[in-house]
Amino acid sequence: MIRFADLYHALDSTTKTNVKIAAMAKYFESASSSDAAWATYFLCGNKLRRIVPTKLLRIWAAEEAGIPSWLFDESYHAVGDLAETLSLVVPPGDIKDDDSLAFWVNERLEPLRKMDEEAQRQHVVEIWNQTPAQLRFVVMKLITGAFRVGVSKRLVTRAIAQQSGVSADVVSHRLMGNWKPTPSFFESLVDPNVQDTLASQPYPFCLAHPINVEDGPQAIGDVCNYEAEWKWDGIRGQVIRRSGQTFIWSRGEELMENRWPEIESAAESLPDGTVLDGEILASQSDGTVLPFAQLQRRIGRKTVGKKLLTEVPVVFHAFDILECAAEDVREEPFAERRGRLEKLLSDCDHPHLRVTELISGMSWDELAKVREKSREMNAEGLMLKHKDATYDVGRVRGTWWKWKVKPFTIDAVLIYAQKGHGRRASLFTDYTFALWDGDQLVPFAKAYSGLDDQEIRKVDRFVRQNTHDTFGPVRSVTPKLVMELAFEGLQRSKRHKSGVATRFPRILRWRHDKQPEDANRLSELLEMLGDQE
Amino acid sequence: MVSLLQSTQRGLYCPVGDFYVDPRVAVNRAVVTHAHTDHARWGCRHYLAASPSEHLLRMRMNDDAEFEFMPYGESVTVGGVDVSFHPAGHMLGSAQVRLEYRGEVVVVTGDYKLGADPTCESWQPIPCHLLVTESTFGLPVYRWEPDEVTSGQINQWWRESRDAGLCCVLYGYAVGKSQRLLAGLDPSIGTIYTHGAVEKGNEAYRRTGVKLPETVFVGDLDRKHNFTGGMVVAVPSANGTPWLRRFGKVSTAMASGWMAVRGARRRRAVDRGFIVSDHVDWPSLLEAVRSCDPDTVWVTHGYTAAVARYLQENGRDAVAIDSRSRSESDEDRSQDSDDAPSEDGADDS
Repeated sequence: MIRFADLYHALDSTTKTNVKIAAMAKYFESASSSDAAWATYFLCGNKLRRIVPTKLLRIWAAEEAGIPSWLFDESYHAVGDLAETLSLVVPPGDIKDDDSLAFWVNERLEPLRKMDEEAQRQHVVEIWNQTPAQLRFVVMKLITGAFRVGVSKRLVTRAIAQQSGVSADVVSHRLMGNWKPTPSFFESLVDPNVQDTLASQPYPFCLAHPINVEDGPQAIGDVCNYEAEWKWDGIRGQVIRRSGQTFIWSRGEELMENRWPEIESAAESLPDGTVLDGEILASQSDGTVLPFAQLQRRIGRKTVGKKLLTEVPVVFHAFDILECAAEDVREEPFAERRGRLEKLLSDCDHPHLRVTELISGMSWDELAKVREKSREMNAEGLMLKHKDATYDVGRVRGTWWKWKVKPFTIDAVLIYAQKGHGRRASLFTDYTFALWDGDQLVPFAKAYSGLDDQEIRKVDRFVRQNTHDTFGPVRSVTPKLVMELAFEGLQRSKRHKSGVATRFPRILRWRHDKQPEDANRLSELLEMLGDQE
Repeated sequence: MVSLLQSTQRGLYCPVGDFYVDPRVAVNRAVVTHAHTDHARWGCRHYLAASPSEHLLRMRMNDDAEFEFMPYGESVTVGGVDVSFHPAGHMLGSAQVRLEYRGEVVVVTGDYKLGADPTCESWQPIPCHLLVTESTFGLPVYRWEPDEVTSGQINQWWRESRDAGLCCVLYGYAVGKSQRLLAGLDPSIGTIYTHGAVEKGNEAYRRTGVKLPETVFVGDLDRKHNFTGGMVVAVPSANGTPWLRRFGKVSTAMASGWMAVRGARRRRAVDRGFIVSDHVDWPSLLEAVRSCDPDTVWVTHGYTAAVARYLQENGRDAVAIDSRSRSESDEDRSQDSDDAPSEDGADDS
């Protein structure tokens, strides 16, 4: 466990990609398969199912530290991370035995879940007594399940590839989908000979680079080399048909079962050995795509009722084919894959399985005009795909581009602030913005991103010096700072005081040139909603 | 009855003696706990401080002021109030100010720490009726390791970096922190270099008789000097500036109490964070209150509300007096005084 904690701290204390990869490769080099499997599992961002309620951890920690619970909470606000607060507040312990990572998980942590509260407490306190702050921090990260150490799955993949000699694309593929962190899993992960067999296993998704909205797409080259498609605003998914079974994966590698029965039954008409990439969209039978807000009514539901099925039918808009006749076709050029896709879907001809339309034969200027219609189409903009491009793993520059429509923008007044977490802990970085309604400021959006570090510090100082009132962690401040917010869309909402909810709100820039009274009015926001509807 | 000490907008005021302790603005008569500029305010007419802080105060305050210095433990009467200075362990010349008038004793800690520090005299508990304590790190998450542990960590980092062909750059505040760091360095590892502001502080320390390892001022060296394997002690504001280029490949580190928290460490954008503070941590703050055993505690500078409430709940009369009253106000201080986590301009050179 000490080696794993050291790895964690090595990763945490550098921003250099190569140093991180080297640290992981070094760890894998001398880790047992059982440890390496768990390390891979955690580094990829997976967590253990809840072991102990965090509420109890907080209570026990306060008791062990001899402090009242309000002081624990105060400490937590200053630190911004529960595992770290637990590791700092409880006096440090001494290491007894250095057990392996796998032993810790299998023998010390997992069994806690089934114990009664008193036994849990006893074991957790024992862990605290046997761990100094650094080691305890990592153990608590495993328990509280927020294990983020600044490595992406891609970096872990590269480290494993580097260490094992298996190519990164193969490792990446093997790490997709559901796998159990067992020694045999890790052994097959790094085995150069083993064949991939799991029927459910998805391919890594190809991701697009953004095109700068101000500059336009001219810089990416001749329009003749590209195909354009609508960039639909739905749920990215991979539909797999293998061995008579259907699997639908989200981009977050979640297996979505029973959520999209229309698509599942449509996929039955696909031949075995087919994998499609596309977008799940709410759509009318005539093909009109419904706004994301409609699709949202079906998101998060584990099962879907009849009423919702008729009100919000979904279709799968396929835009790529990754496996055809049980063959991996990702290395073929886009144009060829597209040909296969069109043929396959016209053969199976199912209303819930569509090929997304290509927008061909236009100049950049003409495409720019088409793109202006995105909102009417309930799309986010256009996708531009290089005709010769293979289907890449991850975000590779130059093959897929997303050319989004300009966001909505509005000038709003900062009225509430709250401290951030992690790197932003103890700084006021989470803001609530308001618009004028008569002489009242009505809150309508929260935005956490868009300012640089220097601006964040300035706002932080402003908040500290201009606080009117404190509601728990939230400060209300003098309405003075005006910022221009950007957002992707609007929908009516009963839960919001303003009556509307914004999609992806973020700060575009700080309007030093504007006074609070120059900020926009709520009515102006509602007009945008009208335009959109 | 007029109380011996009052908390005012301009700072702690003693109406009987008509003087301020660590005033926030320039006043006529200032009694000063130590030479950091958020305690010793520039522009006062008259300064009274502990003798070992003489060189530092004269270096940093206005020339036209009158200075008076008292050895630790000796008292002087100001307007009928007995004033004496007692070691606070924060930095060279740092003192707790003890006031006594008609049997009532008030102690103002200024900034202080309980652990050992080779560059200054150690803190001593003084029994009193009213204790005014700082609370910069007044939360249970702050708990310091002994000095030799952190010095050991820093020297180990130096050794490893040297063996990897790097030059170390260690950031600490120009006066106080830097000299304490210097005193903990092992000169057998390599050459120790200093930033101008640090070297200026060193001079005052050496003139006061504090032993520091030999240092080389970077400004005295040829542009092409090879710094590989060396240790440069610099002010935090030098981080990320072109000044660093001349050192070649570097490993950077910040030494500060705030480094105890990962978020603050990451914000700093340095390779390493060493937890070195010249303030009381949570356990020693409580220990200090216990051993001085005052009837009343005034809590200032830092997590005032939390510390005051905790003391109250444990049966001691306590109030948060900081008029800024935000527990994070210390973070906003941009001067050299100590380890503010979110500032950049901490250079006083």
